[in-house]
Amino acid sequence: MSPRRQRKSVTADERFPSAPLDGPLLEVADVKTHFKTARGLVRAVDGVSFSLERGRTLGIVGESGSGKTVLSRSIMGLLPKRNVIREGSVRFEDREISDLSPHEMRQIWGSQMGMVFQDPMTSLNPVMRVGKQITESLLHHLDISKSYADELALALLSSVGIPEPQRRLREYPHQLSGGMRQRVMIAIALACGPKLLFADEPTTALDVTVQAQILDLLQTQQRERFMAMILVTHDLGVVAGRADEIAVMYAGKVVEKAPASVLFTDMKMPYTEALLQSIPKISDKSHTRLRVIGGRPPSLIDPPAGCRFAARCPYVQDKCLDEEPPLLPGSTPGHEFRCWFPVGTPEGRAALERNRAAGIAPPAYEPVIGDGATAPASTTSGGTV
Amino acid sequence: MPEQPADTLREQAIAADAAATGLPVDAGLEVPIAAAEAGTEGVFKKRLGIGAWVAIAWLGLLLLLMVFAPLLPTPGPRERVSGLAFQQPLCSASDCISGHPLGGDTIGRDMTARLVYGARNSLFIGVGAVVVGFLIGGFLGLVAGYYRGRLESYIVGFLDVLLSVPALILALSLAIFLQERVQEIVGSNEMAGRLTLTFALGIVAIPSIGRITRANTLVWAQREFVTAARAQGAKDSRIMFREVLPNVVPAMAAIALLALAVLIIAEAALSILGAGITPPAPTWGNIIVEGFDYLTNGRAPHIVFEASGAIFLTVLAINYLGDAIRERFDVREARL
Repeated sequence: MSPRRQRKSVTADERFPSAPLDGPLLEVADVKTHFKTARGLVRAVDGVSFSLERGRTLGIVGESGSGKTVLSRSIMGLLPKRNVIREGSVRFEDREISDLSPHEMRQIWGSQMGMVFQDPMTSLNPVMRVGKQITESLLHHLDISKSYADELALALLSSVGIPEPQRRLREYPHQLSGGMRQRVMIAIALACGPKLLFADEPTTALDVTVQAQILDLLQTQQRERFMAMILVTHDLGVVAGRADEIAVMYAGKVVEKAPASVLFTDMKMPYTEALLQSIPKISDKSHTRLRVIGGRPPSLIDPPAGCRFAARCPYVQDKCLDEEPPLLPGSTPGHEFRCWFPVGTPEGRAALERNRAAGIAPPAYEPVIGDGATAPASTTSGGTV
Repeated sequence: MPEQPADTLREQAIAADAAATGLPVDAGLEVPIAAAEAGTEGVFKKRLGIGAWVAIAWLGLLLLLMVFAPLLPTPGPRERVSGLAFQQPLCSASDCISGHPLGGDTIGRDMTARLVYGARNSLFIGVGAVVVGFLIGGFLGLVAGYYRGRLESYIVGFLDVLLSVPALILALSLAIFLQERVQEIVGSNEMAGRLTLTFALGIVAIPSIGRITRANTLVWAQREFVTAARAQGAKDSRIMFREVLPNVVPAMAAIALLALAVLIIAEAALSILGAGITPPAPTWGNIIVEGFDYLTNGRAPHIVFEASGAIFLTVLAINYLGDAIRERFDVREARL
């Protein structure tokens, strides 16, 4: 067994001879992903840049249709070629990968980058035994024997917390529960020891009680393997405490990016604020109305000229409608945001007051960080649900 | 509803139950439970109804007869027994020759042997043609559905061209065109006929199997697990044959069984049109052809009836099984 393992590490070195250990693991610069459709060009991702260090976690947050999933698939090169325009640079371990052919990417997929998908019900092959699905990629990437791959699969299954792994290996996905399937998915993604793991809404399809378990599992695995992770979610609560850095996406762009602690205490972008407020608080009285962000995200075919959040923003001013705010650094290092009238600044406060006086604040969304004029959470009178 | 003690309600229900099942009231409580248990246990047993088992039994019997045809206590299919000509089936008159339960044909050959050896030819052609269609059509459909793009339009176009020619005319012209050429290569008349028809009918079967495969591949190739397999670095060929194909096979199998039924009839039709295996080698089709005149003049209608009965039962059984398989497949799909 041991000579085999040595051969495995040799091949890995051959594939990435100049893999440097310093410098960021992943550098994404101005990535754009546009889809050609009958109705026009859909700018699903429109100029996103960030970099990710080894072993760190980046949380990408945004509502449905903000381009989070497309961004992660675009970085990984998993989108189909037809009718897709990809631009920008993706550097992985100091090597440009955005222009690699699928054939070359195959060396990276699985062994360098892995992905955990949103819905474990559909991301496992229904007619293949769980064990086989794990060993397939092991056998593909690592030069190991079948029996050793089986052993590894068993070890992987028990490491992701599946009871009776020996039995589960021989079962089909439909025999497992949703949480178990997601654990299997994680085991598959981790099988070849990727340096970067994309977790694309890994808990959205799961029962609430299982969500925390899966997230904890991802975190422990990440720590043990010193693996970088990009955690894509629509739930700020999921990334809170789990991500080192958080990027908030809106309509294909990063609108605010900050170290996690900074983002939650010193958010500048009204959209981030709105997202945070849409999380119900346990301290709220029962029957407190959930705060929603009124309106819908803008069309990605014909995005508005100014700030993309302007139409739904309580801070909106004329300038927001005409000029698109650039991504500017904030007071704390690593904090960047796009806003002309940032939350918590004198300009922002003034803008909000002006809107309030004119009565144009979107009704469903009441900013809390402001001037003390904050309305208390409205409650419904009856017990209607 | 006026308040009624839950007990009375339950008792009423039990009584109604007992009345419906014809069991004494004392057993009432056990009846629903037992029925429910039988229900859950019988999920799979219930799927294969009596009809499917009859179909399986008939096909199994046919298969046994075909395989062990040389061991049957009948004369050979080309052997003429003097006095057997035009003998009716199950004939018990004194001038009948015993041991030929299905009677004799126009020149005194045993009908049982003719039918069994005919089944060998007819089913060889039917199954062979389905295999040809399954392999070629399945491959084309899988590739078209997986790769999409220009390749798909070419393949779909090709399948449409095949479909646009009436199937029987296509098979007939292919069979006539190929017959002599194949015979030159193979030599044996019977084998040449088999191969020609297998190939001709196989080509006819390609488009329907190809289309079903493509349609199902389109659906399955968009499933997340295919992307997941790609994200693990799997090659296209592996994804196609290991991830997608096993999911598509049930649908392919269902349509292939239906195609088999149609092809058995098509073989007979080609025989009637004179393009089949030429006598004296028997097929179900040319047995019908030979007996046709004696059906209309009423001298030996059993020849046609027996051969067409065999076709009828076989096609019915295959169709029934095809449906059963499709049903099971649908159920599994719904459960996902």
